[in-house]
Amino acid sequence: MRARLEETGYLVDDGLATACFLALRLHRPIFCEGDAGVGKTALASALAGALDAPLIRLQCHEGIDASQALYDWDFPRQLLHLRAAEATGVKDADRLEGELYDRRFLVSRPLLKALETQPSVLLVDEIDRADDEFEAFLLELLSEFSVTIPELGTLRAEVPPVVVLTSNRTREVHDALKRRCLYHWFDHPGFARELAIVRRRLPAVSARLAEQVTTLVQALRSQDLLKPPGVAETIDWARALDALGANEVDAELAVATLGSVLKYREDTERARGLDLAAVLAARGA
Amino acid sequence: MSGVGGGAGWAESGGRGRTDGWGAWDRRSDERDGRARQTGRHESPSRQTDGRTPPARQAGGREAPNGHAERREPETGRAPAADVRGRCVDVPGREGGTAHGGASPGGPVAAPARPAAGARADAALLGFARALRAAGVDASAERVHAFLRAVDVLRTGVRADVYWAGRLTLCGGRDDLERYERVFAACFGDAAPAGRTVTAPRPPRLRLVAREGPVPRTVARNGERPLPPAAALASSAEVLRHRDVAGLDAAERDQLRRLLAAFALRGEVRRTARRRPARRGEVDPHRTVRELLQRGGEPARLLRHTRADRPRRVVVLVDVSGSMAPYADALLRFAHAAARGSRTEVFTVGTRLTRVTRELSHRDVDLAMAALAAAVPDWRGGTRLGELLREFLDRWGQRGMARGAVVVMLSDGWERGDPELLGAQMRRLHRLAHRVIWANPRKARPGYAPLAAGMAAALPSVDAFVEGHSLAALERLAAVVRGAAPAPVEGADRA
Repeated sequence: MRARLEETGYLVDDGLATACFLALRLHRPIFCEGDAGVGKTALASALAGALDAPLIRLQCHEGIDASQALYDWDFPRQLLHLRAAEATGVKDADRLEGELYDRRFLVSRPLLKALETQPSVLLVDEIDRADDEFEAFLLELLSEFSVTIPELGTLRAEVPPVVVLTSNRTREVHDALKRRCLYHWFDHPGFARELAIVRRRLPAVSARLAEQVTTLVQALRSQDLLKPPGVAETIDWARALDALGANEVDAELAVATLGSVLKYREDTERARGLDLAAVLAARGA
Repeated sequence: MSGVGGGAGWAESGGRGRTDGWGAWDRRSDERDGRARQTGRHESPSRQTDGRTPPARQAGGREAPNGHAERREPETGRAPAADVRGRCVDVPGREGGTAHGGASPGGPVAAPARPAAGARADAALLGFARALRAAGVDASAERVHAFLRAVDVLRTGVRADVYWAGRLTLCGGRDDLERYERVFAACFGDAAPAGRTVTAPRPPRLRLVAREGPVPRTVARNGERPLPPAAALASSAEVLRHRDVAGLDAAERDQLRRLLAAFALRGEVRRTARRRPARRGEVDPHRTVRELLQRGGEPARLLRHTRADRPRRVVVLVDVSGSMAPYADALLRFAHAAARGSRTEVFTVGTRLTRVTRELSHRDVDLAMAALAAAVPDWRGGTRLGELLREFLDRWGQRGMARGAVVVMLSDGWERGDPELLGAQMRRLHRLAHRVIWANPRKARPGYAPLAAGMAAALPSVDAFVEGHSLAALERLAAVVRGAAPAPVEGADRA
């Protein structure tokens, strides 16, 4: 499992490898929590790559409901069908009704699509943004991998999709939902691991630059920042510096490109006050 | 046929608007079910009988998820297979029979038979789950079941696998992880597991030891005159409403508690992205077309919908430090009543920040207070408002909990830390929250001026500064949270 994930350029630690393994074996969704930019969403695409399955993504937002997430009837087509039937003079009302609520008039939204596509990886992103009522929709889906459509009956997945849920913890997700999942907390990676991730994701960036950027980010993270940079920011920064044609970074260049790592003015001020050159030197870089 | 999704989807898609023809509809949908069931059977034979094996096999050439999951990962380079089972079994012995009551019916048979060993390992795992529950992790039976299945699928003997299986299945939140580490170390020995240990989320560990002893029940601290007990006997609910909570005797407190239980705290409403059917507003294409379909395509009346309103989230931060001790109980009961709404979050602040929303979700207020007392480690300690506010914002607020919310701070603003820090964090909070309300029980004292350094630093970022010393004051606080303008304050509403 781990080797497969790493082939896709996503490095996993023991916990995450176990989580993925169990998710596949026990058909349980993985519930991911952690700071922004530590690879929660990337996990789903890595899984999709590793399993060679399409990734189906549902971005949650406030007010999301079944017709956006699950399925919807294609009303215009139903109407057209009705008109066509009238024009050709079909009189059998019962049959007509049956036809109207046929599968072909059903528009699959991400959740239903994930059940119908086999195998597939379903990413339910930022579940905490949706309303609590929406979680109830997910319950049946996640435990039974089936969806009940009043007009059609229950649709069930032959091969249950691999489900990844992510949450930024803006609110506590209901226990009934969490109980059905494997819980994994994403921490910021250590130096060696982060460096490996940067190297893996950006093979074009010079080894020295990658190491320096990682050192700086680790130093920044240990500072007391409003928004500590995630791995995503490290990669962004390395990419930005690489785009500037730098092979190594000095304090001046680092300050000039801080905008790709720190997104709050207070944080930037704080980082400016930091002796970045000393940080670089301390690492022996 | 009446699954959760089905029922709700139903209401969503316009059933509500229809006034006639229920019977007809039901009949129709029944027929359709019949049909669907048939086709369903046609598409997926042997669903019920063999569970999930056939699809995995049938996936054939390309590896289906199930297929290659069969492989046990040999390459992980984990901790060498330190056989936990031996140690697992030792644990119950050490902890005595209580935790593992009926788990070993066979008695101490030293049979090396597989099932017996399995059962004993299971017993050890169950004992572990039980210890976790005792430590406050919500390891329900369902989670434990998942845990056993997970261990079963993994290599049972390997310590790191047991560790991760438990952590993935038994924990339900970041707060659980720390406890999990602790209990795991206690049950299965101390060597750090192969994975990285959880770094505790920067909790301010510095714990000022609270002097447990002589905090007088009716407070004579801070120069307040103790009320004569005779007056208390005559108190009716109305008088009680205006009395300072700090000066109540036991009977009055009882009555106060009953009154507090009837409280409700609803946030100010705001418009949401969600829409609800309404008489006027934009045309709702979904319901309109649905109705149109029912009438056989004849143009029908236009159905409309409009934006729904919804109360904002309320976040309550209750100061439980020593200086607030006379009020803490009443305020927490107030918070309990407030937390009954689903969109209220409660934290306690003292020397540590503790999220107590879950503890307060017990319906019974006394159970809730007991759970809370167990969960909050810093009763009557010092106050480090600034630092804890920063922790709140870092861990919860900025991610979204405080965004657009009504944040209520119940504190006297006596800050032991740096008032500058508190001021900065309050500004930050103010930028995030819809409204910041500070309720200070001491405000009602005659001659009160916000001179406490913390209070003075915080005030510029506070939208409404109210009292919180009596039932009436709390009622007004609730009104302010609901969106009322804070009443012009005169300190003269004490009975």
